[in-house]
Amino acid sequence: MKTFITTPAPHAHSGDSVRRNMLLVILALLPAYIVSVIEFGWGAIITAAISVAACVLTEWCISRFLLKEQKQTIGDLSAVLTGLLLAFNLPSGIDWWIVLIGAVVAIGVGKMSFGGLGQNPFNPALVGRVFLLISFPVQMTTWPLAKGFETSYLDAETGATPLYFLKHIVKTGDGSTMDMLPSLWDSFMGVMGGSLGEISAIALIIGGLFLICTRVITWHIPVSILATVALFAACTGWVGALPAEMSTCQYIGYSLLSGGLMLGAFFMATDYVTSPMSACGKILFGIGIGFIMMVIRTWGAYPEGMSFAILIMNACVPLLNKFRPQRFGEKKK
Amino acid sequence: MRTFKIGGVHPHDNKQFSAHQPITECPLPKQAIIPLVQHIGAPAQAVVEVGAKVKVGELLAKAGGFVSANICSPVSGTVTKIGDWTDAWGAAGQAVFIDVQGDEWLPEIDRTPDIVRSCTMEPKAIIDKIAAAGIVGLGGACFPTHVKLMPPPGKKAEVLIVNGVECEPYLTCDHQLMLEHGEEIIVGIELLKRALGVDRAIIGIENNKKDAIAHMTKLAQSKLGIDVVPLKLKYPQGGEKQLIDACIGRQVPSGALPIEVGAVVDNVATIYAVYEAVQKNKPLISRVMTVTGKKVLKPGNYSVRFGTPIEEVIQLAGGVPSDTGKIIGGGPMMGRAMDHIEDMPANKRLSGLLFLPEAESIRPEQDNCIRCGKCVQACPMGLEPFLLQRLSELEMWEECEKHDVMDCIDCGCCVFTCPAHRRLLDGIRPAKAKVGAILRERAAAAAAEKK
Repeated sequence: MKTFITTPAPHAHSGDSVRRNMLLVILALLPAYIVSVIEFGWGAIITAAISVAACVLTEWCISRFLLKEQKQTIGDLSAVLTGLLLAFNLPSGIDWWIVLIGAVVAIGVGKMSFGGLGQNPFNPALVGRVFLLISFPVQMTTWPLAKGFETSYLDAETGATPLYFLKHIVKTGDGSTMDMLPSLWDSFMGVMGGSLGEISAIALIIGGLFLICTRVITWHIPVSILATVALFAACTGWVGALPAEMSTCQYIGYSLLSGGLMLGAFFMATDYVTSPMSACGKILFGIGIGFIMMVIRTWGAYPEGMSFAILIMNACVPLLNKFRPQRFGEKKK
Repeated sequence: MRTFKIGGVHPHDNKQFSAHQPITECPLPKQAIIPLVQHIGAPAQAVVEVGAKVKVGELLAKAGGFVSANICSPVSGTVTKIGDWTDAWGAAGQAVFIDVQGDEWLPEIDRTPDIVRSCTMEPKAIIDKIAAAGIVGLGGACFPTHVKLMPPPGKKAEVLIVNGVECEPYLTCDHQLMLEHGEEIIVGIELLKRALGVDRAIIGIENNKKDAIAHMTKLAQSKLGIDVVPLKLKYPQGGEKQLIDACIGRQVPSGALPIEVGAVVDNVATIYAVYEAVQKNKPLISRVMTVTGKKVLKPGNYSVRFGTPIEEVIQLAGGVPSDTGKIIGGGPMMGRAMDHIEDMPANKRLSGLLFLPEAESIRPEQDNCIRCGKCVQACPMGLEPFLLQRLSELEMWEECEKHDVMDCIDCGCCVFTCPAHRRLLDGIRPAKAKVGAILRERAAAAAAEKK
């Protein structure tokens, strides 16, 4: 009697895989990366290459020699993505050994120490970035000016980012440095200083929309973050905390378009592993990130608060997962 | 276009292989095996003895309880054995074995193709005839149809919902039945409306069957209170609760039956059987089965008498394709893989046979859960499959209950969608069994205390 394979239903699969999702996110990052290569030249290429290579190698070494796993996981491309995201969060001209340390911390401490993909409570790339920010504050806040391939890798001309001036203007009410800010149009397109991958809002938005359309991510987290930031900025204007030289609309624009907000909202906060599961949880998560970021930007010691905001909300995810999805047949409360 | 509101997935429908293949009669077998469990509920009890001569349509076994169904003989011949028998999924039970001789029908059965439209029967008489004919839901669950037609006291049916969705990929038997026997189905709907005392019926058909929508709409035009509703393609729209939500926008509460929101749902094949039983005196002795698969030589829709070994139906379709790894009874989402095809008869539960090539038969290895939440988005009941699977692994049954594991309808959307190929249902099914047992124990204890 011939017997056949018997496994429980269902016998069909969508064809989706972890690797496919990672690949799509990497693809979605490409527009922003292209802008960054145009703006920062070799710095963008070298930093990203070191970061990606170091992340992949770290994961392989830990899995192979420390954990002695039979099956290696670097094929799922999650380490490549972590490496790319880490590079996106670094100034493009930073020393290669700092990138290396960041990558080892991101993968080693941020991911593998918890048991690898799916187990880590915090976004690994941000763990790496914040570690570097605290350890090497000077190097991490020295941004080369965007001059394309004329920018030399290590001793480029440097300058402060728009966020520094923005904070100064809001904190001191001194509107005289308004002309140090790039125009809103330049901020939107990405002609300004900043970390490697965060400068071009338009490129990041294109990538983010691509991810939403391909159903890799849902709209909940990015939309709730951006809406919260816009609302917070609007309130700042309404209570009269802005100098006369800056209108409320301008402040909303700069808040949305500068720093790591777009990168964070579309690519970092939406990390599967470290974000909530239900739609309600995702929205609360986004509101929390937007709010904490604006608090840090307005009153904190750092000009930028996106990394900290995401990491703090990462810690709240188990709590946010208590918000169940709407059950079938359950009356709306 | 309407559809249900929560979750759902979009598997490739793969209906092109057997769609529009005319319903073909499968020849009579030499020996028929008729299992006594072909429905949900208590097994039927044999009323014939070994050596008895039976005719087509004669009662072989009577319902063994309130939720149970009669079984009538699908063939004529001599009963040779009533005894133990194991099905292709490994479940043991009793079956009646009949040596087929000729094809002699009970005289009262009307075998002409004429459509009998008029009916003046009382509701009770209609329901009794349905019960006598052994009709069960042919959409998959096999719940005895007459039981659905008798709402518990205090509950009143308002609308009959006709399930022409056929959301399982590959299957086309209901589609073809609507195209070939649409008129009879409309008469059947009138009969059920009469039996239930409702003046409204809605036929839900998914939009991948545009010809069936057009055909049924045309037939329903002249009838008062029968509407055809085209539905947006989404699995599991044929699930009872999902279909009610899609058709009339009411959600059956957790743990309740459709009658709670005034709905009774019946599948088109069931309704065709109702027509035949009430108007033609023909009990449920055959059904249309889809035999299909990418490599099947003659995929099609076959009308098969119950008891016919499936090997004979497979021969009709061109045999088992050489690269077959898995044979599924039913569709790919909820059907069950058969261990073997020998000694397995067609029966009320078997809506189709699907042959999957070896490459599609093996489940890929599982990766870590990446907590993407896609199972949560896909679950049509709004559950958290990743969590239930984990709780089941940890044997935390009370937590499973708190997270509504009993609402799971086994549709498989979570496993279908999981990028890490996690076998979520493998964990959730035992949790349902366990929590179900706990609930029954608790109810029994509460009842004992009352006494």
